[in-house]
Amino acid sequence: ILLKPLIMKITRRGRNAALAIAAVVIVVGIPLWWKTTETYRAWLPFSQIGELDSLQLQLSVEVEVVFSRGTLIPELQKKVPLTETREQEHQVDAKTGLQYRYETKYRTATIMEDDALNQPTAQEADLSLHMLSESACGSVVVYIIPETSTLLPEGVTVYVGQRRTALLRTTVFQGRGGLKEVLSALHPLVKQVVDTMSFSHQDILASLSDRMRAGQISKESLADSMRAIKSSPGYEITFSLLNPDPKSHSLHWDIEGAVHSYIQPLLDKLTPIANFSVDSQILYYAVLGVNPRFDNSVSAYTLNADSLAHVINPVEARLGSNAASSNPVLNFLLYVPDARHSPLFIRDRSQKEVPSNAFHSPRWGGIMVYNVNDMYDSKAEFPVDIDISMAKVMGVFLAQLRLLLGVQKTQPPPGFLLQSPGSAGLADWELDRLLWSRSVENVATASTTITSLAQLLDQISNIVINDNIAQQVSSAVMSLHAALAELEVGDLALALQYSQEAILASEKAFFDPSLLHLLYFPDDQKFAIYIPLFLPMCVPIVLSLLKIGNEVRQRRADKLAKRD
Amino acid sequence: MQNAFSSPQAADLGDLRQSDEAESNEDRKAFTPPPPNDQFQEEMVIRPLYSGDIYASFQFRTQWDTDFLHDGKKVSHYRLFPKSLGQVLSKFSVRELHISFTQGYWRTMQWGQPFIPSPPGAELWVWFHHTVTDVDGNWKELTNVLSGIFCASLNFIDSTNTVEPSASFKPLGLGNATDHRFLRYATLPREIVCTENLTPWKKLLPCGSKAGLAVLMKSEKLFHSSFHSQAVHIRPVCKDWQCTSTAWELRQTLNVVFDLYTSGQGKKEWSLFKMFSRTLTEACPLASSSKIYVDVTDNPGVNPLISTAVVLGDRRTYSVYDLTKKETFGQLRSLNLLLRWKGENDMLRPPLHAERYVSGFGLQKGEIHTCLYNSHPYRAYPVLLLDSLPWYLRLYVHTLTVTSKTRENKPSYIHYQPSKDRLRPHLLEMLVQLPPHSVTEVTVQFERALLKWTEYTPDPNHGFYIGSSVISALVPSIVAMDTNSTRDRPLFSSFFPTKEESSYFMRVYTEPLLVNLPTPDFSMPYNVICLTCTVVAVGYGSFYNLLTRTFQVDEPSAPLAKRLANIIRRLRGVPLL
Repeated sequence: ILLKPLIMKITRRGRNAALAIAAVVIVVGIPLWWKTTETYRAWLPFSQIGELDSLQLQLSVEVEVVFSRGTLIPELQKKVPLTETREQEHQVDAKTGLQYRYETKYRTATIMEDDALNQPTAQEADLSLHMLSESACGSVVVYIIPETSTLLPEGVTVYVGQRRTALLRTTVFQGRGGLKEVLSALHPLVKQVVDTMSFSHQDILASLSDRMRAGQISKESLADSMRAIKSSPGYEITFSLLNPDPKSHSLHWDIEGAVHSYIQPLLDKLTPIANFSVDSQILYYAVLGVNPRFDNSVSAYTLNADSLAHVINPVEARLGSNAASSNPVLNFLLYVPDARHSPLFIRDRSQKEVPSNAFHSPRWGGIMVYNVNDMYDSKAEFPVDIDISMAKVMGVFLAQLRLLLGVQKTQPPPGFLLQSPGSAGLADWELDRLLWSRSVENVATASTTITSLAQLLDQISNIVINDNIAQQVSSAVMSLHAALAELEVGDLALALQYSQEAILASEKAFFDPSLLHLLYFPDDQKFAIYIPLFLPMCVPIVLSLLKIGNEVRQRRADKLAKRD
Repeated sequence: MQNAFSSPQAADLGDLRQSDEAESNEDRKAFTPPPPNDQFQEEMVIRPLYSGDIYASFQFRTQWDTDFLHDGKKVSHYRLFPKSLGQVLSKFSVRELHISFTQGYWRTMQWGQPFIPSPPGAELWVWFHHTVTDVDGNWKELTNVLSGIFCASLNFIDSTNTVEPSASFKPLGLGNATDHRFLRYATLPREIVCTENLTPWKKLLPCGSKAGLAVLMKSEKLFHSSFHSQAVHIRPVCKDWQCTSTAWELRQTLNVVFDLYTSGQGKKEWSLFKMFSRTLTEACPLASSSKIYVDVTDNPGVNPLISTAVVLGDRRTYSVYDLTKKETFGQLRSLNLLLRWKGENDMLRPPLHAERYVSGFGLQKGEIHTCLYNSHPYRAYPVLLLDSLPWYLRLYVHTLTVTSKTRENKPSYIHYQPSKDRLRPHLLEMLVQLPPHSVTEVTVQFERALLKWTEYTPDPNHGFYIGSSVISALVPSIVAMDTNSTRDRPLFSSFFPTKEESSYFMRVYTEPLLVNLPTPDFSMPYNVICLTCTVVAVGYGSFYNLLTRTFQVDEPSAPLAKRLANIIRRLRGVPLL
């Protein structure tokens, strides 16, 4: 009888002890374990990255339409200047939307501009218009000239100059309708000019090819974008002279001078897009991967278009990668066939000889075959000293370089006359086109990189995210937003700069070695190690908690029964 | 390389600038090439060794009159000099670069001295230009790039095996740089050299392995040898003997020792075909000179093309074959040299050699012994000893003793840089005077450190390789050395510059060491976790029971004997107890 309170007391003490231990485990033990086994994950702007996943691009182009004397009747002249904004929207796919804004300013020509347009040829007019005013990067100026003007040859309605101006010839607008009718009649032509000089919808789609499935882009612009080397902050251009037969040919090429006079002007023009470095080498005993066939009909060796695909790989091993930088390399090979396999001609699919005797491989470079067998007669003493005509070679390589850099060969609409870029190698508007597509491409690439990185980090919860990665990601996101904003405003140079920064930062974050630093143990193995500790500790706690719970319930039931 | 290939309309032609093409057509006839500013030489020396082995040493030298380090002007157009190395030189502002890959150990006592010494494994030492601000950063990047170029694990060179020797490695080229902050030296004694290192090395030659002496380099033969060493040395040199301007020199050397004596049933003979299973048919057309030297000092025969050269303190006689001459190849248009000899001549004992070993027992302490042998009969000379030991051997520097002829030999110069755990190795350099005809022993004790379990190599019980000691000395020469640098000399005798007639420079590498470190059982962490968890769980269980269970005094039950008795009683029908 005396024992009972004692027993009660003892059981209560045991219960309290069990509860206290459970409390300590839950309040101290679990947070401690959680904290000590946690991986460091810096904060990432996931919500902003999520916004980037659905990309809404807005591109603005400033168009200036200038009516020269005699193209508008005086009543209408009073109504200009005026500004008009046209917008065009395309929903490319569920995640990508495009919006083009054409801000068109209409005005009449100044006296000086009228004078400039009175030059004898279109080329001179273009030059003097350029002297009058320099238009901003990305903008387009269209001068409307009267039908009677002799600037343009017969059958040409639009002349696109070396800079950012175009001349458009139209009939004099009669005062039948108002200005509105005039402008809307003019609009389709102006639109065509702008599409040629800045960007067309297809170009932009091709630049976005990273984000989209195939099939949405026209084949031609896809081929163009696949041919062009990927956007990168720098490129290495390597010219290699392959001399498979140094015993008979001693080749000399003035590559230094040739680069200086042919390649450098183009590269100087392209400096806003990327840094270029040029080097050259001579490789001896380097042979092509295929044996050319001897064709009796022309008594020459020939390479068919089908076999060209096998030419590059064996040569590639000799070229060597650039040890000093990780920028993509553009290779240009000049192959001088050996004396016994000369001359060598490349044939296209229709079995016709290619006039330039050269071909290019997308995103890799170009190869030109240079036959020297007619430069010496059979009595010559070997090795023969041969000087390579660099003008001929560089003409081909320059054309290939333009292709590989993505300066698209625009197919002008009928009635258009494009002025050739001249010694600069690149017209201003061609550069603008490149800037447009590169900016859009950079934005697309950077946004996919960042979103996939965020996705990856989200999925694998064990990856340590260091502060520097978080910083790179945030700066990439910021630059992306800035680039988008600049595209919206129409400041092309800044947009490209920001988009390049975005791409650099995003790649740096994506390829950061610290993301691969730790070994990731699978969860089941981790718990296999924890079990010897956790199981013996948790089972008594859980059991006693259950028991206490049962007792409490029992007592409550007893109490209820008693009350009844 | 991506194999994608387009271009059905195979070529796209740009606007051809044909204006000046006509001109070039005209002056094609009168074209005379400008004098090249680079030249290439190739050379091979074959020397039968005293032991019956054959030593073949190739040297390829490319000299280019240009300046990589010139400010503002970028070198980017290459002819004979390999582009990959040129880019490395200019990007990292390298003044001098020496890299060697060696399989096997050069046995100085049996083979004499090599033309260009190298330690087993990989060795790299680089002098940077004095304008470099971040030498360590450049070094790190340089090793990574070189590891790509040579397909070797040079990327394992980091701060824990890089040292800055203060005296042992002076620049071999022009320029009297003495500030050793711009020097980095590292060895990887464990590096294994094989075909994948030879192929990129051959690719640096202008003719590759297609023509010239490099045709002989068939990897299955080269690596079936007692010793194989390939190296690249780049340094600035004088353009001409007046030394008005500088040029860059790239020397590629390859040294092989073939064991033809034992594999050839004890016959003392060799031929090119036997060694390389190839014969020579032509010189590299780009080479300005292409020669084979055969050492015939010990068995003078009737050979018309004799030249003598003083190399490594010894006057040797060579018969010379000039590959640029048609007569060399004879009617068959192929050159296969063959030599039989009976000579039992005594080898000239090398004046200096060294060996090294670890003594002691157990896994706690040990002692490194380095023995330096001066076999010169009457001249004493100083040598520089360089030791670079990894941090996990904890040196007791106070135990450092240098004894020769049982007397203490106090080094006149000691440079010691203590190690930092996981950061940098020990560097011990000292200048020791070696008495004539003596053995000098350098000993130092060390303790083996216990590594973290991730720091062990994949095969830790094999032991850890410790790089060779380097002994550099100006050794007194028996014959007068040729100090006239203006004369054309064979390549093999012109690598180390000689400044005085009475001595020559010699570098000796000791054997690498293999040291065992205390190695744990690597399943230990899991065992420890399991064991401690079990102990904790058991302890915790009893503790928990004590705290939570209540103990009650129970009615004592009947003892076992009584219960058994009761069962029997029940069976018998007898009343229970």
